[in-house]
Amino acid sequence: MQGKSLTARVGRGIAGAAALAAATALVATAAGAQAWEPTKPVQFVIPAGTGGGADQMARFIQGVVAKNNLMKQPIITLNKGGGAGAEGFLEVKKSAGDPHVIIITLSNLFTTPYATGVPISWKDLTPVAMLALDQFVLWVPADTPYRTAKDYIDAVKAGDDKTFKMGGTGSKQEDQIITAALEKLTAPKKFTYVPYGGGGTVATQLVGKHVNSSVNNPIEAVSQWKAGALRPLCLFDAKRSVYTSKVTADMAWSDIPTCKEGGVDTEYQMLRGIFMAPGVRPEHVAFYVDLFKKVMATDDWKKFMEDGAFNQTFMSGDEYKTWVAAADKHHYDLMKEAGFLAAGK
Amino acid sequence: MEEIGSLIGGFKVALSWYNLALMMVGILLGVIIGVLPGLGGANGVAILLPLTFTMPPTSAIIMLSCIYWGALFGGAITSILFNIPGEPWSVATTFDGHPMAQKGRADEALTAAFTSSFVGALVAVILITFLAPLIAKFALQFGPAEFFSVFFLTFASFVGMGRGSPFKVLASMCLGFALASVGLDKMTGTLRMTFGYDQLLVGFDFLIAVIGLFGIGEILASMESGLKFSGNSAKIRLNAVLQTWKQLLNYWVTSIRSCIIGCWMGITPGGATPASFMSYGLAKRFSRRGDNFGKGEIEGVVAPETAAHAAGTSALLPMLTLGIPGSPTAAVLLGGLMIWGLQPGPMLFVEQKDFVWGLIASMYLGNIAGLFVVLTCVPLFAAILRVPFSIIAPIILVICAVGAYTVHNSMFDVWMMLGFGVIGYVFQKLGYPLPPLVLAIVLGDKAEEAFRQAMLGSQGSLAIFWSNWLVGSIMTLGVILLLWPLFTWALDKRAARRTPVPASAGAAAVDRNS
Repeated sequence: MQGKSLTARVGRGIAGAAALAAATALVATAAGAQAWEPTKPVQFVIPAGTGGGADQMARFIQGVVAKNNLMKQPIITLNKGGGAGAEGFLEVKKSAGDPHVIIITLSNLFTTPYATGVPISWKDLTPVAMLALDQFVLWVPADTPYRTAKDYIDAVKAGDDKTFKMGGTGSKQEDQIITAALEKLTAPKKFTYVPYGGGGTVATQLVGKHVNSSVNNPIEAVSQWKAGALRPLCLFDAKRSVYTSKVTADMAWSDIPTCKEGGVDTEYQMLRGIFMAPGVRPEHVAFYVDLFKKVMATDDWKKFMEDGAFNQTFMSGDEYKTWVAAADKHHYDLMKEAGFLAAGK
Repeated sequence: MEEIGSLIGGFKVALSWYNLALMMVGILLGVIIGVLPGLGGANGVAILLPLTFTMPPTSAIIMLSCIYWGALFGGAITSILFNIPGEPWSVATTFDGHPMAQKGRADEALTAAFTSSFVGALVAVILITFLAPLIAKFALQFGPAEFFSVFFLTFASFVGMGRGSPFKVLASMCLGFALASVGLDKMTGTLRMTFGYDQLLVGFDFLIAVIGLFGIGEILASMESGLKFSGNSAKIRLNAVLQTWKQLLNYWVTSIRSCIIGCWMGITPGGATPASFMSYGLAKRFSRRGDNFGKGEIEGVVAPETAAHAAGTSALLPMLTLGIPGSPTAAVLLGGLMIWGLQPGPMLFVEQKDFVWGLIASMYLGNIAGLFVVLTCVPLFAAILRVPFSIIAPIILVICAVGAYTVHNSMFDVWMMLGFGVIGYVFQKLGYPLPPLVLAIVLGDKAEEAFRQAMLGSQGSLAIFWSNWLVGSIMTLGVILLLWPLFTWALDKRAARRTPVPASAGAAAVDRNS
């Protein structure tokens, strides 16, 4: 088994030399058969560090594809998380026309270019499919008196300015955008937003009460919730979660009220989607859409979705493209309002 | 004792032929991964992770954690033989390990490194076995201020390291801080000092800097001194292991101190790299032979290796009990746990007893197996130094280039590595010490991040660093260590003024105090 992986890595090196041969083969097959499939190992770029949510999902997909033989060529994951993911996006942008490069995205596809001014945009990539939407939940330590989102927002409003600390992942990214949205409701009082390196750290910092609240994704905080250390106040979605099996002794994901129900009208969800390099052909995209449909049909995937309380929405083609364009606009507006845009954006 | 019962149950799980075989495979792969600079434990584990989805979770984590142990052992080999640290936490091992190899004592250095690693890991595993739930809570007390105080302590224990001018140490460290700040500023989400170059987005990766500064710099220096590899005199002594063990017994104080530093840094979780630097700095400070550190002192190998392994092992504790990874490799393993359907965190010890105790038992077995594997290879490793320089140097260069490329799969990094090689060579020529530069690159951005998080929380008041007993005592300790050289210098001066003793006695007094 190890041998196989090592060959795969060596294969990547040789792949460059073999590219010419592969290209010739491609032309040959395109004429004969309709369907395209990868002719060399597929690079799966992760625009984030190892261990985070995007990394876990990409490696999980890699495992599911290998376990169920969904593709003849192996997938090789590659972390390019530098510059809040800009490194990964630039890499894919550079690989124009190469159908053997795919990338998993999170909200940094929208936020990073606006916050840093790095010349990338979703328009530089080819949209393939939306795999799911990741949820956000407002969490507080379990031994604080806040029972509902409204309780907490009222407390922030009543307290001194900036005394309440919101912990989150990264700066000028999704967690801080949600915080800025909440500040509309706590006005004129603001949170002190403290950026950390990863969602797991944020959850433990919250348990240790170094911050007052977080907007962790479900999977980042679920264990602390089960252990009775954290309390979910509300879900930043229009509808409640569909997962009804009990997570703690008396609550399921579906028992968490939406923020709107709780009197805090804020919504935010994060894209977990797949893109390819620019300039690829429709049959390339079709292959990957089909591949991800197969991945999503597996039981492993369904369990993974439930564990992380994901919003299971699948999109591809024009529908996906329209969604992405709208999400990009939405992020631009939110970030402009919060003053997070880089100079010149 | 409930723990002993659970542990015996764990051994039953770990001691199947299938698991033992995976353990050996893991150790061997780990050693190879550790030896190759740039590949690293975290990458190695990440590459093999998807292959484990078809295994039972317990077997999978046994194999992956053995890769981790193997990488921890392997990192020491190239550090000592070629001055190229394969892993960040082996940098401190090069300071004395490589000079020992140059003097023909590579086998002693390797044995000392492996044995200390084993001792550190063993102490940490025992700690995990008996105190896991108790200590886990401790990590929760660590907020940004506490993290900064730990980094501050590391820097403070390292001041006065260089034998040369303190201004050169300062210059070197400041250059390190400057390099560490290139790239994305995590606090504001904007780019710093990239001057519009996309390649600089990522910042200066520590591994690339180290491979260049140490590895390439060393080759350049050897070329100048007549294309001779100074390890040529390496003798192959089959009883080196036993003889070194006899020597090691003398350094039990250093071992214990390093174990404490390591375990503490792993749990908090400061990580193995600061642990190794801090332990080296303190050993130098408190050793009677502190002046000889950096010239090939066996104690200078024992201290960082013990601490690095103790930290590397105990880093798994916050991962299992809280879901916070204490090291990059632990972060990847954490992802693995979730993929296997296990939720790390406070409930793991309750819900998945077999898994947790199987893993803990495999820590004992994996480390014993690892020590056995690497110790039997000591004469073999030492013999590598007998290969003529003209043959080995190109091989090292290739390994360095591959290593630098692997970090981000980018050719730009290889050029950067060569650039750092030249800087390393020039630094050596001008008498600027490299360790402060490296330390600042490794920990500079983390220290900055923790400091600014703390400042955000306290609205800019420095009082937060003395706001509770924990952070207050670490900071005070740091300040004392920072001012210690000044203090001893003043004391010496006063002693010299009060009693105009004969020159020889005065020198002895200085000796004792230094």
